[in-house]
Amino acid sequence: MAAPALSDRPSPLRRLAAAEGDRRPRARLAALALTALLLVICVLSLGVGASGTSLPAALWQAFNGEEIAMRDRLILFDIRLPRLAMGMLVGAALAVSGAVMQGLFRNPLADPGLVGVGAGAGLGAILAIVLGGLLPLALRDGLGYALVPVAAFAGGWVTTVLLYRIATREGRTSVAVMLLAGIALAALAGAISGVLVYMADDSQLRDLTFWGLGSLAGATWGKVLVAGPLIGLALAATSFLAHALNALALGEAPAAHLGIPVQRMKRLAVVSVAAATGAAVAVSGGIGFIGIVVPHLLRLIIGPDHRLLLPNAALLGASLLLVADMISRTIIAPAELPIGIVTAVIGGPFFLWILLRNRAGLDL
Amino acid sequence: MARPHILPLTTPLTVRVAALVLSVALAGPAMAQEAGRRVVSLGGAVTEIVYALGEQDRLAARDSTSTFPVEATALPDVGYVRALSPEGVLSVAPDMILAEESSGPQETLDVLEAAQVPLVVVPDGYDGPAIRRKIEIVAEALGVPEKGEALAAEVEATLAEAVEGARPDQPVRVLFVLSMQGGRIMAAGRGSSAEAIISLAGGVNALEGFNGYSQVSDEAVLEAAPEVILMMERGGDHGGDSADVLAHPVLGQTPAAETGAVLRLPGLLLLGFGPRTPEAVTALSSALKAARP
Repeated sequence: MAAPALSDRPSPLRRLAAAEGDRRPRARLAALALTALLLVICVLSLGVGASGTSLPAALWQAFNGEEIAMRDRLILFDIRLPRLAMGMLVGAALAVSGAVMQGLFRNPLADPGLVGVGAGAGLGAILAIVLGGLLPLALRDGLGYALVPVAAFAGGWVTTVLLYRIATREGRTSVAVMLLAGIALAALAGAISGVLVYMADDSQLRDLTFWGLGSLAGATWGKVLVAGPLIGLALAATSFLAHALNALALGEAPAAHLGIPVQRMKRLAVVSVAAATGAAVAVSGGIGFIGIVVPHLLRLIIGPDHRLLLPNAALLGASLLLVADMISRTIIAPAELPIGIVTAVIGGPFFLWILLRNRAGLDL
Repeated sequence: MARPHILPLTTPLTVRVAALVLSVALAGPAMAQEAGRRVVSLGGAVTEIVYALGEQDRLAARDSTSTFPVEATALPDVGYVRALSPEGVLSVAPDMILAEESSGPQETLDVLEAAQVPLVVVPDGYDGPAIRRKIEIVAEALGVPEKGEALAAEVEATLAEAVEGARPDQPVRVLFVLSMQGGRIMAAGRGSSAEAIISLAGGVNALEGFNGYSQVSDEAVLEAAPEVILMMERGGDHGGDSADVLAHPVLGQTPAAETGAVLRLPGLLLLGFGPRTPEAVTALSSALKAARP
């Protein structure tokens, strides 16, 4: 079952991936390397920022029993650490969701946006920004600035449930109907968003623009605590999907003959992607490209086996987003570049380069 | 240093204010060294006020909307006033933050509060009293209330003079176009800062029926029949020069286009509502008078 399409044709990839058939040793190596990479990036990320606060200096102070200066403590524990945690969660959520969607739809272009989560979450956020002022005062004050994330999550969730209902008939979910209905729902959500943008005033428009570009700058422990369990649960659930997604690569009927509970598996896949992406989009805005680049990059190196692909995608997605965030917060410090711009600028050309080098071997 | 609040709260307000001014005046030099030596100024008008007070040496950083005076642009830029990042602001080691009301996001302000950096919010407002309030709050925060009073009085007087001089025989109908990206017109409606400056300068907003800034339909623009089209002088996507306006299928059909009455003034001068507002009123009103056929 491992690597069916890639290994039976001659290509430059063959040299890259010398291991025919069984690439598990290579994948295990990759997992080790990616874990090490993520650890290094985490340490770097804690040490890098607009201010001169240095991690080693603070640790040294703590080690010597000295009091760490209040400002340094705040920057390390209330700004950089929640940001690090959120970056890891969001990066892992986007990358794994992308890999699951591509496996489920057997389509290399699939990403969470296709099941309407992206558009629905966007619509929720826009509703909150533009019409939030109309809410009863008590409700608005109760939610505070959690209003936009909560609305984004609700929007993504509602769209996904709706889509699932549309695509399910007599207990069977049609992946093709889901794909097409997803496009239709995304267009509808886009249209409603358009109406709201038309109604928005000047300052709301500017808020919308910045939300759309995505940022981890608003990371707080509160947001991490809300998004963390959701994303964590969803990612844990996807680990039960790996075997089924592998079987599904052969088609739905063969997968069912292999004893895979196809229907239940599809439901689990959609629900976990909606939860992970909805939570990620809600706390960080629209961050593109991670869900496409990370899974494809990994497939080129370790092959398409989802049992290896999914955990590695989580590791690489987290690392990539943290690196992008480090760039975003230092390149024009003390100001900050929206992270969506950074992921697109470094992700786009890099992905093209990989594609050009390996286009003969890429066949999902 | 003795805090100013040493009198009981029941003391009459005038006495307390006098005592406060006195204590600050006496303690002035010493206090200036205590707090507000590294000030981050957020918002174009706020930064202008700091400069007008002559306290610019105490600025450590500014936001990206603070572009006047030109020297201010040499200060580190902590980013757009509505999308601030907490570490960026803290990185300039501020001991005070002067922020216009719309600064944000709230998450960032909360972290700054946790960092125990005094945050002084300067309320927005689009009239004479609002400008006075902004100046007083900034001056108070910087510990120079007497300079603030002098500046506020001066601005008030010149503003009154400018408004008096601007009074026309018959108000000119002005359409403020914020942007015309892709041919879609974003214009000023009721209660907007643009409407406020237009009426101070003796004009009348040609558009009503919506609040703030919004995209408007072509028909509404034709119906408004503006005699003058007012825009911000700024590069980039707000662009479109007068030729673009005249070539626009709808704007080109307005009375303003027929007489070529398309005005451009710097955005911060026009809509900042700071110490330069009298200047803006005078510039706009003389342009309006000149535009009248």
